[in-house]
Amino acid sequence: MKILVCISNVPDTTTKIKLAEGNSSIDTAGIQWVINPWDELSLTRALELKEASGGVIKSVTVAHAGPVSSEPTIRKALAIGADDAVRVNSVAKDSFSVAFELSEVIKNDGYDIIMCGIESSDFNGSAVGGMISEFLGIPSVSSVSGISFENGAILITREIDGGKETVKVPSPFVAVVQKGIAKEPRIASMRGIMSARTKQIRVVEPAGDVRLTEVVSYEKPAPRAACRFVDPENPALLIELLQNEARVL
Amino acid sequence: MSILVYTENWEGKFKKLSFELVSYASALAEMMNTSVTALSIGSAGTEEMRKLGTYGASKIINIADGGVGVFDTRVYTDIIADVALKEGATVLILSNNISGKALAPRLSVRLKAGLGSGVSRLPLSLDPFIVYKRAYSGNAYAHLIIRTDVRILTLAQNSFVMKENPTGAEPEVLKYEGAVKPMTEVAERSVQTGRMLLTDAGIVVSGGRGMKSAENWGPLEELASLLGAATACSRPVSDEGWRPHEEHTGQTGKIIAPDLYLAVGISGATQHLAGVSSSKYIVAINNDKDAPIFESAQYGIVGDALKVVPKLVEAVKALKK
Repeated sequence: MKILVCISNVPDTTTKIKLAEGNSSIDTAGIQWVINPWDELSLTRALELKEASGGVIKSVTVAHAGPVSSEPTIRKALAIGADDAVRVNSVAKDSFSVAFELSEVIKNDGYDIIMCGIESSDFNGSAVGGMISEFLGIPSVSSVSGISFENGAILITREIDGGKETVKVPSPFVAVVQKGIAKEPRIASMRGIMSARTKQIRVVEPAGDVRLTEVVSYEKPAPRAACRFVDPENPALLIELLQNEARVL
Repeated sequence: MSILVYTENWEGKFKKLSFELVSYASALAEMMNTSVTALSIGSAGTEEMRKLGTYGASKIINIADGGVGVFDTRVYTDIIADVALKEGATVLILSNNISGKALAPRLSVRLKAGLGSGVSRLPLSLDPFIVYKRAYSGNAYAHLIIRTDVRILTLAQNSFVMKENPTGAEPEVLKYEGAVKPMTEVAERSVQTGRMLLTDAGIVVSGGRGMKSAENWGPLEELASLLGAATACSRPVSDEGWRPHEEHTGQTGKIIAPDLYLAVGISGATQHLAGVSSSKYIVAINNDKDAPIFESAQYGIVGDALKVVPKLVEAVKALKK
């Protein structure tokens, strides 16, 4: 059994986003790039599953669609413990084209469990995982907060309205994961960092240009008005303001 | 030609978001000079379904046998795609929630329709079709061109005000005639019924590390109950196990946009704000006057959460009298 973890390369989540001149992109100066937080949790869980599988899961591969400049992020995933990596040599255009490229890789290589984060913290599309499953015509389970092996069966826990449920689907399938899938992202050990240097990043050329959408510009959210402070001894004033000024009570 | 809205119900009642979606679709239909079809899968009473007409749906389709008790993305995609094709839908609208995030991407591939997710305004233009969507976890908004003739939008919750526009439409109950069988088998389910959905709540009362321990949540819950609010928490709180993970709001937790978000003892790290910054009003109670949460809040109290909350409870009780 083989697991594929799809990863996205995003600005560190503490970054103060600034727009570049012309507002057609963000200003990337000084930005630290990291593995998208959900993808990092997803990789962590994939590795835990492999270790607990008693040899049933043979490998955990990471896949990324992006230019050579994202290789440090891929190396990080290898240092955390992924066995190998595939990079589709393209600049991410939209969710549709990324999902198309990754699904081509999956068609060629064959994976049993495909894990994707519920969204990337940059484009917030929540799309790639679901799109891959439809390109491949396979089941998808979204809002996944747990995956485990029990008596040879893969159990998937997902969030539903007002609670959660545990489901089974036949492989191959796509699991779109969210919070809860792993406790903390695994941190690369010194040994992991050393061995990542010799692990393979296979580069494949994109299969086609299929984008359907395009960002024409960005804008920053309107700044909020300054905070009005209320005396802690008189919280009734706060309630009064919420009722009569903000009109939300 | 029409705009197709995928609506959702919860415990037999349509969620507030369903009426927001239909209201949004109705405003968009006016821009595009077309009409709104609302689709509901699974059981919902006739009376309940008529409400979709109140907000502007001129056609209401119910696939009563479609859900068969399990949310299988392949089956749901097939049902929605089939209705979209029969209705000649040029825009499909879903919520940017659990179901919308699961279905919209599959539909995008099925129908080769460009997807704009987390949309929070009406399109900025129709030709080209440009939508306004959340990006960089709320730190920016993107103007996204969708180049296909059929477009799929997922609407951010609480971003569009419900507006009545009655049509008097009667629901049509249809059968699912597709061949896709569910491949999802439910082994176990645990649902708390009779509780307000956090993502559906107009007011949210949220506690952070400043609450000190799980035992201190009583007054916060009382305040929430007096205000008809849902309760939420910051990440450290759910990590500590003081509150369930389902309550965690923030970048990696739930993303919410209530009318009022009351942040109690929450410092307001970027990752927390990513989940709540679209709230209409943020009120912060924190003992550190330099806490970043005050930069995003319209109203604030600098003080000890454990002392301020009981006083707020008294103030709300006095108001109710």
